[in-house]
Amino acid sequence: MSMQATERRFFGSWGRALEPIRDARGVPRWILWAGVALTLFFVIMALTAPWIAPYNFDQYQDAAGHRFPKQGHPSSEHLFGTNVQSTDVLSRVIYGAQTELKVVVLAVVVALAIGLPLGLVSGYFGGPLDRALVLVMDALFAFPYLLLAIVIAFLLADRLGQGVLTAAIAIAAVYTPQYFRVVRNHVISVREEPYVEAARALGARPRTVISRYVFQNVIQSVPVIATLNAADAILTLAALGFLGYGIQPTDAAEWGYDSSRAISDAGAGIWWTGLFPGLAIVLLVTALTLLGEGLNDVLNPVLRRRRIEAVTMQASVGEAEVEA
Amino acid sequence: MAEAAAPMLEVRDLEVHFPLRGSFAGRLVGRSSGVVKAVDGVSFELAKGEVLGVVGESGSGKTTLGRALLRLVDPTSGSIILEGRDVTRLGDRAVRMLRREMQMVFQDPHASLNPAMTIETAVGHPLRIHGITNDRGEIRQRVSAVLERVGLAPPEQYLGKYPGDLSGGQKQRAVLARAVILGPGLLVADEPVSMLDMSVRAKILELMLGLKRDLDLTYLYITHDLATAKFFCNRVAIMYLGRIVEIGDTAEIFANPRHPYTASLLKAIPDPDPARTIPRDLPRGEIPDAAQPPLGCRFHPRCPRAFEVCGWESRDLRDLLELRWAGAGEDRFESERGTLGDLEPLDEPSTHVRVPAAGGRSGADVAEMLDRVRADQPGEPFWTGVRSIDPSGTDAALEFHDPLDPALRPVGDVHVACHLYDEALLPVRSSLAE
Amino acid sequence: MSESPVLELRDLRVWYGSPRGAVKAVDGVSLHIGAGEVLGLVGESGCGKSTLGRGIMGLLPDGAVMDGEVRLSGENIVGLSGRRLRQMRGAEIGLIFQEPMTRLNPLMRIEDHFRETLKTHEPGLQKAEIRRRSLEALGGMGIPPTRFRNYPHEFSGGMRQRIMIALALVLRPRLVIADEPTTALDVLVEAQILGILADLKRNFGTSLLLITHNLGIVAEACDRVAVMYAGQVAEEGDARTVFGSPAHPYTRDLLRSVISLRTTGLHYIPGAPPSLIDPPSGCRFHPRCSNAMAVCADRDPVEMRAQSGQRVRCWLHGPETQIPAGGHDPLAREEIAVAEEA
Repeated sequence: MSMQATERRFFGSWGRALEPIRDARGVPRWILWAGVALTLFFVIMALTAPWIAPYNFDQYQDAAGHRFPKQGHPSSEHLFGTNVQSTDVLSRVIYGAQTELKVVVLAVVVALAIGLPLGLVSGYFGGPLDRALVLVMDALFAFPYLLLAIVIAFLLADRLGQGVLTAAIAIAAVYTPQYFRVVRNHVISVREEPYVEAARALGARPRTVISRYVFQNVIQSVPVIATLNAADAILTLAALGFLGYGIQPTDAAEWGYDSSRAISDAGAGIWWTGLFPGLAIVLLVTALTLLGEGLNDVLNPVLRRRRIEAVTMQASVGEAEVEA
Repeated sequence: MAEAAAPMLEVRDLEVHFPLRGSFAGRLVGRSSGVVKAVDGVSFELAKGEVLGVVGESGSGKTTLGRALLRLVDPTSGSIILEGRDVTRLGDRAVRMLRREMQMVFQDPHASLNPAMTIETAVGHPLRIHGITNDRGEIRQRVSAVLERVGLAPPEQYLGKYPGDLSGGQKQRAVLARAVILGPGLLVADEPVSMLDMSVRAKILELMLGLKRDLDLTYLYITHDLATAKFFCNRVAIMYLGRIVEIGDTAEIFANPRHPYTASLLKAIPDPDPARTIPRDLPRGEIPDAAQPPLGCRFHPRCPRAFEVCGWESRDLRDLLELRWAGAGEDRFESERGTLGDLEPLDEPSTHVRVPAAGGRSGADVAEMLDRVRADQPGEPFWTGVRSIDPSGTDAALEFHDPLDPALRPVGDVHVACHLYDEALLPVRSSLAE
Repeated sequence: MSESPVLELRDLRVWYGSPRGAVKAVDGVSLHIGAGEVLGLVGESGCGKSTLGRGIMGLLPDGAVMDGEVRLSGENIVGLSGRRLRQMRGAEIGLIFQEPMTRLNPLMRIEDHFRETLKTHEPGLQKAEIRRRSLEALGGMGIPPTRFRNYPHEFSGGMRQRIMIALALVLRPRLVIADEPTTALDVLVEAQILGILADLKRNFGTSLLLITHNLGIVAEACDRVAVMYAGQVAEEGDARTVFGSPAHPYTRDLLRSVISLRTTGLHYIPGAPPSLIDPPSGCRFHPRCSNAMAVCADRDPVEMRAQSGQRVRCWLHGPETQIPAGGHDPLAREEIAVAEEA
């Protein structure tokens, strides 16, 4: 019991939020931890890229100036082989992780920064502001997402160049409506709760009511949607890169771009240039999806499975027992 | 006895109407169809230090009344005067200032506290909201003092807890603490104990009485439970469908209930007295839809003592027939229903209605059937309201007496809104109504 | 009793698991209901009465363990297969829940509700017979045949509860269990529904188990009453007797704390209901009891018959042979800390 008490004091209100994670059991627990492990794997890979990658992502010759083999088989020097530009596939995969995570984290942050406040305000106040915002967001939502991302990337490419920022903004634009919608819906249901009305009855300004009473109770839905969106965003980024609207290849390694370059190799029987980047995409998306679904199963009060403790009943004391 | 001091709260002809969204198409365009008159002309006064009970069932408008007083909903018309100041149309900022003097305790203790805030934060929040102080130490001190006062002692044990850790009674104490920390003069309590266990109710009521004494509070106590109202309140107002039907001193109202609704409420209260049995002569039906209230006196469809002018109308005929058919066998239902055509015209509230005959039957058949029904139910007040039944070719035209809406008038020491006490109407009443 | 009871509970226990230990929600309850009898099961929140009702029906959530016997007309239903229990529900035991608003399917007409119920348990019924029986059940509740094809949302709360009662009765079960049937309803409607429930035995010969926290409705509608506290039955007997001369201090204090029209002063029971995970030793009420004796903290009380005839578990009623020397001394009660107040 004291362990719980100290934990609670340490984490404060976050500790309470994490309680369901600690209490999780069964399949959701394994999903969550699998997701965490796999995601962490990629995160570490991204963070330590400069140290663990054998070569630089655009390096096509070794220190001595010998050019790497072009489309070389996987070997001891090039574990995943080399591609048509003589760069090492393994290094590009590792650096690619860095790119993916950079863009996606930036995109999620931007989308949250816009979608969350708008959702709060729109849900709480309703009225014409709400109607206008919902209209705009639904319009964005209705656009085929890839088309939207391409158009925005294309438009921004002039001003900002084809780098991480452009890709991030393009992806953020696609996903902002989702954050808006989820937050708005949650706010609308929380808005009717007695404690929110009680806050108004206390004389709190709308600003206070939203930040202290509504926001804190709505925030729990965000981590789930953020991780699931991140998984989707990886795919979008890869698609952008595949089509050539993503990151400039000279700026960074990108799995989608590599995959598109690998198409022509496939016909020639060169499998390693396409397989490894593709596998990386699949694994990272899976990791994030597992994380998101795991969080959902664990945090969502509707889905949450309480820890079911085993109960053993002792034999009941007979009524007829008589003491001497 | 004339009160020399001005009343703390004066409410005049207060109305709170909510627009109803109509059909789907109407909703798209934003058109509203119909209005729910949750509060429809309520007037009363509340003296300082008094406890006024507002008693009614769900749908009576009592909760809306409480919220309107606190300006949590906007009144549609009428006036609310708090300590001499008209607060009916104040802007948002002024209303927020008002919350220092007027507070509310809500019904559900399990949902009135923010689940994400500790007790210390929640109870101390009014201090921050109104800018009284932002100093953590001072807030803690004042919160501890008020927690002690409401019985959550020692306060240190409760400051760090979350609402989920407390029992229902403890939560309600915290809610009371939060309401009184700023020292308001008026407290509107909306069913503060109905969701608590029996043995806990008494504790909370005792606490509220103590707070009233120590902090010089005035209460508006909203409830559906007449028993606690009798114990707790100085005066009681009985509400039905948006209006006050009876108001006066508690002792007088309970000893001598005048309005038929009040009388039946008193009879219906369950009491663990071994000698009691279930009352059988209760008003039938339930509280009707507030969007289209009954004509005339709103209680008339359920009143055992209603008479000519109480507001009989077409919808009452429909209810009467349906009730009759519910108890009858299938044969009688088939034959009587078969005499009548489409019953939809009966759903429009009106004092003239044409009851259509079914295909192959005539208006005379309808009239004959209605006469038979009437003969079957000699004591039924509905028939006093029927002025004439006029058969014609394919239907029978029913004419009802003109409906009169009763106003609150003094009867003895109380005020009652009921035609039974209107002497001017004595000659109209047939002997049936006695 | 010459006739075997419709429902008999023998030493029923229902325990849940929780992170802090086993919650002994029902811990040794024995009751019986005869044919056409109305038994009220009364207690405050957390006493286990709702769990008991669910346990009888076999509607307990995962992780709950049940022990003891539940005999329906002699047959033990504890441990029966899910299929057999489903067959029984509705046909042999009817259920009436607390909130009628949420218990009817909003997408199905009333007619469809009845058809589904009747067809599930009596598949051979013809359409005309289904209609006849449904209208008869509804008619008994004052619901007119003209509204047979309406949807639930077109009815008011009281009428929905009546529809639920009609649904529970249409299969003519021997026993009906009503779990807080009037808690969500207004006073006048509550009285109407109570009248209907009390008439069940007269009109249909059905037995009724009425579970509620409202002492007043039990006094009016029930033949016998059982008072539950902390998972056990404190007192059980004829309703008039129990309410007129309560044998158990908890019943007495509970009755005194009820606020009725005759109340002149506020009474309440100090302290709060005990934890069901770690209940007090001996008699579970002893920390809050003004009559507590030394033996009450040591030993579980034995079921006895009080002078006025009801069954009671309280050392005040003996048996003397089991109270050791010094057991009668008044218990030095610890000051109930204000912090322990509910």
